[in-house]
Amino acid sequence: MSETALAAVQKPTAEVPAIRLRRLTKSFGETNAVDGVDLDIRQGEFFSMLGPSGSGKTTVLRLIAGFELPTSGTIELEGQDVSGKAPFERDVNTVFQDYALFPHMSLVDNVAYGLRVRGMGRTERRERAAEALGRVQLGKFVSRRPSQLSGGQRQRVALARALVVEPKVLLLDEPLGALDLKLRQQMQIELKELQRSLGITFIFVTHDQEEALTMSDRIGVFNNGKIAQIGTAHEIYQRPAGPFVANFVGTSNLFDPVVAGRLYGRQEQFVVRPERLSLSWDRSAAMHDGVASLPGKVTSIVYVGHATQVNVALEDGPAVVVLVGTELPEGEQLLGRDVTVSWAHRDAVWLPGEA
Amino acid sequence: MRLSRSAKTILGIMTALVLLFIYAPLLLVVVNSFNADRTFGWPPKGFTLEWWGRAFDSEGVREALVNSLWVAVVSTVISLILGTMLAMALQRYKFFGRDVVNLLVILPIALPGIVTGIALNNMFTTILGVSLSMWTVIIAHATFCMVTVFNNVIARLRRMNGRLEEASADLGAGVFTTFRLVTFPQLRSALLAGGLLAFALSFDEIIVTTFTIGAGDTTLPIWILQNLFRPNQAPVVNVVAVVLIVVSIVPIWLAQRLSADSVGISAGRARARAAVK
Repeated sequence: MSETALAAVQKPTAEVPAIRLRRLTKSFGETNAVDGVDLDIRQGEFFSMLGPSGSGKTTVLRLIAGFELPTSGTIELEGQDVSGKAPFERDVNTVFQDYALFPHMSLVDNVAYGLRVRGMGRTERRERAAEALGRVQLGKFVSRRPSQLSGGQRQRVALARALVVEPKVLLLDEPLGALDLKLRQQMQIELKELQRSLGITFIFVTHDQEEALTMSDRIGVFNNGKIAQIGTAHEIYQRPAGPFVANFVGTSNLFDPVVAGRLYGRQEQFVVRPERLSLSWDRSAAMHDGVASLPGKVTSIVYVGHATQVNVALEDGPAVVVLVGTELPEGEQLLGRDVTVSWAHRDAVWLPGEA
Repeated sequence: MRLSRSAKTILGIMTALVLLFIYAPLLLVVVNSFNADRTFGWPPKGFTLEWWGRAFDSEGVREALVNSLWVAVVSTVISLILGTMLAMALQRYKFFGRDVVNLLVILPIALPGIVTGIALNNMFTTILGVSLSMWTVIIAHATFCMVTVFNNVIARLRRMNGRLEEASADLGAGVFTTFRLVTFPQLRSALLAGGLLAFALSFDEIIVTTFTIGAGDTTLPIWILQNLFRPNQAPVVNVVAVVLIVVSIVPIWLAQRLSADSVGISAGRARARAAVK
């Protein structure tokens, strides 16, 4: 993570961005699906657009691809304004959520499609398509139809089809959404490696925060058609810019300004991540410097495999989630027990302004 | 839903009776076309191919057959082009009055043929001032044949994944290339089914034809009507009727097999009626 953060810092800032969005707005009737988005995506970057459904991330992707035209604002591709251009006039390609493979064509014809409409001869384009399929481990299946493939294989064909025409930017619309967990994790790694080796800019839309955190150089978190925060995975997770980001990316324990005022004398919200909270199974507060603690009662316990999630209702404070990595005390009644929750002051993340 | 044994039996018998009631008379026509007895005595005393031979030798029948085929083919081609264009426009684009246009397109199939016939006759002769011919019949047939194509194509478009066309454009294909390489192949079986139904509809049409056909021209149904009451022609009329049945039924059977999902004539009529209400 620190490596990608460094790489991002070292990039020359004068470089023309792969994609530049300025005051980009898209309205459907009364609602603004995308509301004045400004965004620069760097050359060769793996950029994720993260947000809940309806946050406008997919619409931004469709605007970049040209399937929708903006209500106002501009889209630049490598410094060229493409805002009003048709999809076939833009040097970007899309991997669709449902892959959108042509059902009446074999795999090789699917992949060769982009070359065919560019006027490349039959033999050459089929050769290139077969090569591209080979690169995604589907070399044996060239003459199959999409319906004869599994979800993961279709996903690879969609990738090969989009990449064979060598786009400047590849757009991926929740491409892993339909895959099961194991396959998804494997594809995350493959996609990331592919992007690194090709050096093409990837714009990846997802609602899965874990996916965004693992794969991306930078992440833009979307909410209500606006970008709530842009930053590296580390920045987004450790220093969320507001309560929305804090809650959407990972679980956060949000403390209101009243509690903050009592503990720190500062009338602002702050959050502490569940894994940064520690729990002692009695009322003995750890009274040393740099640590805050509050008493509470255990309300529920959820075993999540690598740890246990303990929900605690704090007295004079919110209900919080504590992630306990060690074994719980055995053979005792834990529910309803009086406990103390504490955290280091430096793990409290202050959220500016908005309530 | 599970049915009891007696319910199954009763439903089976009812189905058999209804089908018998529909198809026994048709079968009778087919058998009589081979009946050796001129007056169609029943049961037939013997079978002959004489009437079939007489029919094929008859200049009038041959001309009517060629006319019928010509009218059906041309009005089907017109229907395929216009029906597809209409379906794409109404499915893809939202515009003021879209629902009204949709209704107006499917309405002709629900309109009584005699009304369509009189209206078109008026239009051709008094307003446009063209003389009636095979072409006026073709245009008249196309008005309702278009509906079967339209219904089939729009049903297919509704089920078609819209992302396919986006993917095609995304990969660099222009509007026409996308239609040729992606949309059309997806529509192919719907077009075939709609076209076959249109063909069948036109081939055996009589009412609208009566009002729009030129003097002296005949189609097969018109020929039957003209010869129905000439006793010496009765056996040949039977043969022509059989030809009409076969040429109408085969396309419909094919169309059904081609696309289980295709919206046939009956569905089109039902939809038109529902829309009128």
